[in-house]
Amino acid sequence: MVDPVTNNDNAEVTSSVGIEVKGLYKIFGPTPEKYLEDVKGGMSKDELRDNHGHVLGLKDININMKAGGIQVVMGLSGSGKSTLIRHINRLIDPTAGELLVGGQDVVKMDDKQLRAFRREQTAMVFQKFALLPHYTVLENAEFGLQVKGESSKARRKKARSWVERVGLTGYENNYPNQLSGGMQQRVGLARALTNDAPVLLMDEAFSALDPLIRTDMQSVLLDLQQELGKTIVFITHDLDEALRLGDQVAILRDGEVVQQGTAQQIVLKPADSYISSFVRDVNRGRVIRCKTLMQAGPAVDGPQVDSSLVIEEAARILSAEGKEAANVVSAKGRLLGTITMTDIIGAMVPPQEDAISVT
Amino acid sequence: MNWFYTFPEMGTEALRALKKGIDFAFRDFTREYGELLERMFDPLKQFLIFSERLLTDSPWPLVILSIAVITWLASRSTKIVVGTIITLLLIGYFGMWDDTMKTVSMIFVATLTALVLGLPIGIAMSRFDRMQKVVTPTLDVMQTMPSFVYLIPVVMLLGIGKVAGLLAVVIYAIPPVIRFTNLGIRLVPEDVLEASEAFGTSVWQKMTKVQLPLALPTIMAGVNQTIMMSLSMVVIASMIGVQGLGQPVLKAIANQYFTLGIFNGLAIVGIAIIFDRASQAYGKRLQRHLEVVHG
Repeated sequence: MVDPVTNNDNAEVTSSVGIEVKGLYKIFGPTPEKYLEDVKGGMSKDELRDNHGHVLGLKDININMKAGGIQVVMGLSGSGKSTLIRHINRLIDPTAGELLVGGQDVVKMDDKQLRAFRREQTAMVFQKFALLPHYTVLENAEFGLQVKGESSKARRKKARSWVERVGLTGYENNYPNQLSGGMQQRVGLARALTNDAPVLLMDEAFSALDPLIRTDMQSVLLDLQQELGKTIVFITHDLDEALRLGDQVAILRDGEVVQQGTAQQIVLKPADSYISSFVRDVNRGRVIRCKTLMQAGPAVDGPQVDSSLVIEEAARILSAEGKEAANVVSAKGRLLGTITMTDIIGAMVPPQEDAISVT
Repeated sequence: MNWFYTFPEMGTEALRALKKGIDFAFRDFTREYGELLERMFDPLKQFLIFSERLLTDSPWPLVILSIAVITWLASRSTKIVVGTIITLLLIGYFGMWDDTMKTVSMIFVATLTALVLGLPIGIAMSRFDRMQKVVTPTLDVMQTMPSFVYLIPVVMLLGIGKVAGLLAVVIYAIPPVIRFTNLGIRLVPEDVLEASEAFGTSVWQKMTKVQLPLALPTIMAGVNQTIMMSLSMVVIASMIGVQGLGQPVLKAIANQYFTLGIFNGLAIVGIAIIFDRASQAYGKRLQRHLEVVHG
């Protein structure tokens, strides 16, 4: 668990704020401390609930979220994912564990430090938008800066530019109720971005949107991330969304992390039957990259594809050119290996034994 | 089996002793502190006199004009403003101008006092459940206790006059402000509060930028109620020497002057409607951001 980037208190570059979750436990109920040892000793969630009236929210969470990357936390409802993200800015207090954001332990902060931390280091986007209904779009966007006490002129300027960036030009003076869901969430995003914090927390931010708008918003986020390089924690229950956005994905079930890794690792090597049942229906062509499938060998007669390209794109290039194989090259153009259409098709079809192993 | 048919009372002697004890104790308290209390309420008295003088001594066209302007600012409705002007002109024409102005002044000061006291209590109540547990039953008592009953100690303490009347009106009319402030703040959606906390608001910022603005329409409904209730106290307050539209009504009851009673009664209704429409329209305007829903 060595983090190469964090542990730098005077981080100047915003993207250098990583998040480390260490041994985090959360038990809901009147006397959670009493049961902490039992839970650490292996008491099950059901036993805790039925015999002791406490709910196990999170159990021994250890996640290392890289600075400047998108960490997706995926899980179904009740898996504890929303509880987890609320620990990062301590909207929920943990029962035990450490939570280091940029090297600072959030758990140990007093009220004043916590307020300053929330103002300077984090911004949050919510599933149900949670906009301030009595503020216009522009006023909502500048809320974080208003809380920080920035002058109205400066914050208005920043808010205006972000409202523009998320595509809401012309709606600055509308109230949230006058906007559609997708537009409201753009306001939510603008509000978070205007705050200009290195850590962006997104709690099922796109879940309430219909599929087309959701894809659209994902693109907006990915585009913005290209230039912002913020540390983004993204919560979702949608695997496709998780795989599309996440540099790293952690899968949560019943308050425990069942697997973490890149999208590709999760699709190709699901840790257990629970996850393999999840990933069975995933479009593998959009997750697996050429680098994974390529075989060493001399150059072939065919097009060049980048090693980080997803195989669906590679297949498109191959079929467009009418070739059976392509050369996989590094970003600098060096030949790494070759990839064939047969391999691509084989990889895009989910393996049979995966499907059988599911009970 | 005698106790089965006759209620076992505590005994006339003991009961009389108890009543006497309380009465004497309260009388002693009044003698001891009555003057001090009166002096404490002096600023309020000065304010009452000032606002009454302002309304009765100013030329009537000016008063009508300013009331019209205020209703316009509150409601932005020509209908309400025109209705207000006509009502006031009629009241004046039927010879009730001075009394009406005295009543309006009383209502104004009473509402202001109720707001100044009620808002902080309501806010505190919304923040502390324990406070709510204490205040709610107190308000219930204040609202159901027949007003004549608490007129007695008020008069004993402060004597007959404006301040005693004001106090009686405020006691009767303050509960809605407190209740609605508490309710309005408690009704602010949890997710909006969470969002404001996530951006690092302090307790004060959360209250002033999120909770109070969102509770304001509800609070306005409480203010409206308070105004209406203080108007309904006008006649009762006139029994302890509050001047205004209540006095002629009282006289009408005593002497069976039907027309006098009905005229003054209608004048009370008239200003009640003005206050009600204007404050409701204002409350609605505060909610306009909630009304235009995206189709």
